[in-house]
Amino acid sequence: MSEANTAAAIIKTAETLRWQVGQTFHEELVEDIYADAARIAGRAVTHPGEEPRFDLDRTIDGLVTSRIWGFPLMILLFAVIFWITITGANIPSQFLSVLLLDKVYSVLIILSEAIGFPWWLQGLVIDGMYLTTAWVVSVMLPPMAIFFPLFTLLEDFGYLPRVAFNLDNAFKKSGAHGKQALSMMMGFGCNAAGIISTRVIDSPRERLIAILTNNFALCNGRWPTQILLATIFIGALVPAYVAGIVSAIAVVGVATLGVLLTFITSSVLSRTVLRGEVSTFSLELPPYRPPRVWQTIYTSLIDRTIYVLWRAILFAMPAGAVIWLVANITIGGTSLAEYMIDALNPIGILLGMNGIILLAYIVAIPANEIVIPSILMFTVLVAGVSGAGSGAGVLFEGDSAAATETILRAGGWTLLTAVCVMLFSLIHNPCSTTIYTMYKETGSKRWTALGALFPVGLGLLATFVLAQIWRIVGNLSA
Amino acid sequence: MADDKLSKPVAITPSSDACATCPAHHAGNLLKLGIDMDNWDYVVALAGNPNVGKSTVFNSLTGLHQHTGNWPGKTVSRAEGGYSYDSHQYKLVDLPGTYSLLSTSFDEEIARDFILFGQPDVTIVVVDATRLERNLNLALQVLEITDRAVICLNLIDEAERRNILVDERRLARDLGVPVVPTTARRGEGLDGLIRAVSEVATGKTVCRPHRIKVDSPAVEQAIGQLSGMIQDTFPSLPNARWVALRLLDGDQRMIEAVKSGELGYLNPGEMIDRGQDLTLGLEAAR
Repeated sequence: MSEANTAAAIIKTAETLRWQVGQTFHEELVEDIYADAARIAGRAVTHPGEEPRFDLDRTIDGLVTSRIWGFPLMILLFAVIFWITITGANIPSQFLSVLLLDKVYSVLIILSEAIGFPWWLQGLVIDGMYLTTAWVVSVMLPPMAIFFPLFTLLEDFGYLPRVAFNLDNAFKKSGAHGKQALSMMMGFGCNAAGIISTRVIDSPRERLIAILTNNFALCNGRWPTQILLATIFIGALVPAYVAGIVSAIAVVGVATLGVLLTFITSSVLSRTVLRGEVSTFSLELPPYRPPRVWQTIYTSLIDRTIYVLWRAILFAMPAGAVIWLVANITIGGTSLAEYMIDALNPIGILLGMNGIILLAYIVAIPANEIVIPSILMFTVLVAGVSGAGSGAGVLFEGDSAAATETILRAGGWTLLTAVCVMLFSLIHNPCSTTIYTMYKETGSKRWTALGALFPVGLGLLATFVLAQIWRIVGNLSA
Repeated sequence: MADDKLSKPVAITPSSDACATCPAHHAGNLLKLGIDMDNWDYVVALAGNPNVGKSTVFNSLTGLHQHTGNWPGKTVSRAEGGYSYDSHQYKLVDLPGTYSLLSTSFDEEIARDFILFGQPDVTIVVVDATRLERNLNLALQVLEITDRAVICLNLIDEAERRNILVDERRLARDLGVPVVPTTARRGEGLDGLIRAVSEVATGKTVCRPHRIKVDSPAVEQAIGQLSGMIQDTFPSLPNARWVALRLLDGDQRMIEAVKSGELGYLNPGEMIDRGQDLTLGLEAAR
């Protein structure tokens, strides 16, 4: 009933409107369709003798996926992003460290003393847990808040599929799936996320290769280590005005080495334990879109930066407690930490590093983010740098890169140490979250063990070889 | 389970097997069913200008030997067949070739009615790559009616011979639906076509079809008002804007459809049955 009424109303309205739009409506409509068809056809068709029509997307694609320019542009683009991250993160980082490690820390100490905390509780909670967390925040938050939005902007723009396109051939030659480029890109943010994203690969063989090699994509937790050490030791080799860009290139170099290792290990795996055919796939290159800048910055801050930071904090707190404990539990006047460092020292020296660094890596298995703070703390404890830090087992931030450098140099660091640590940071076991994810995704203890132990072995080998060559060359030239 | 799957990598896959399982070569899964169709999962309509190779596409997919010839208007006999792909059965309906869906010629009405009332799950619009502009007039009208379409950019070999380059990515982007270049005569590109069709049918590809831009603001306003009313009355109607356009144009068939409430039947549950009826009607009409 009512439908009939409304139907009648529609017809009536149509009648009325038909008079309003005029007699020429049909012709106009046909003209509109023809105009649209002509416009769309004009954009898509190139007739004989004509130069292909200018198409921005096609032009950009021609450049960024070109055989000659594709790779240099890719490296340049990432170098610029790291340069912005490195130079931009300094100021907020310093501000945060003054605030959290100086001001807030003092207030907390005063508070705990007012309440009457016993010394060990104050040490465990404030010197251990709070300071570790504060360090992680002040050092990780600024680079992440710059790096992630920039990376997301690139992603929104549509560049990442082009990277996958560029890398596809190399992956194919390594006997791996082209989509591994995508999981590797995810791994640059977080290896656990990268391993989950290998689900896009259908073939179990190729997926396993992607899972086992994802660790070579330098993850977010390791970027700050690379950035800090490159700034202090590599940037210092050149005049100040190029220091920023040289440090950025060093970081890109380490990341590129990781990509090369991905290819090499994929290739080795696909020719030994994971032999098989390479499967093909089609990858759609989406149109370029101008990214919505503010929305991207907002969502990448919420989704990525805060998420990753939260995870780091969760791991930093218990780790801070452990560090404080091993530094303060003494047997015969010597702390547990010192025993362990002494035991690890001979191995560390062989690898171009030292016992402190190895111990820090063991402490930092849950989260790579706390490697540098652990190193600094143990260094102060053993090397007894005066005027730095607040005492045994207090994880602290070097107030600036210069202060960090003072401590590291006091701990016997040289350029070789820094390079070896950067190398080992790239090539060592994945963090515990990643190992757990590996287990969940493969369901196999054997593959998980391989994925966790193989990189450590390779890292030990790489740093050992580098240190020996470095020392031989050093002796020859001396 | 997962352990099993992963710890036994397909280490000794012969390359022929690899081809069979590779998504790029799913044409291997194509089963030409001819007219032997008892039931089907999806109905696919084949529209296009006359003489663009619709029947060739139809024959290669169904294995039928409908008469083809290089002249317009040859599709007069039974034009239904089936194929099976990726464990789904597809019923393919070859519509008469038309240049437009706007005027009132008999052929155009059959094609239009089938796309509108038959509600095929996917409409393939076969277009001639060498005469793209003219062919797009029809394609744009089809895209007004249905948003589940695939453009089959046929006669690519012909275009290449004449040095005409068609940027199918640009075209797909502008039209908002998949565009698959083919040379149906030699069977080239048909694997891509059936894949695109299955992806649209199963909803894996969601189309955002181009809508005709109306120049006059007065007309645009009238369309807005009318299509609003139509949408309120027939909420399941997927193409209120197009119905409004037809009503403004005084299309008698459409006025009747509104009056009789026929438009209201256009909901997903009904579509296949009505598709069948209409195909029969189409048969009778011929």
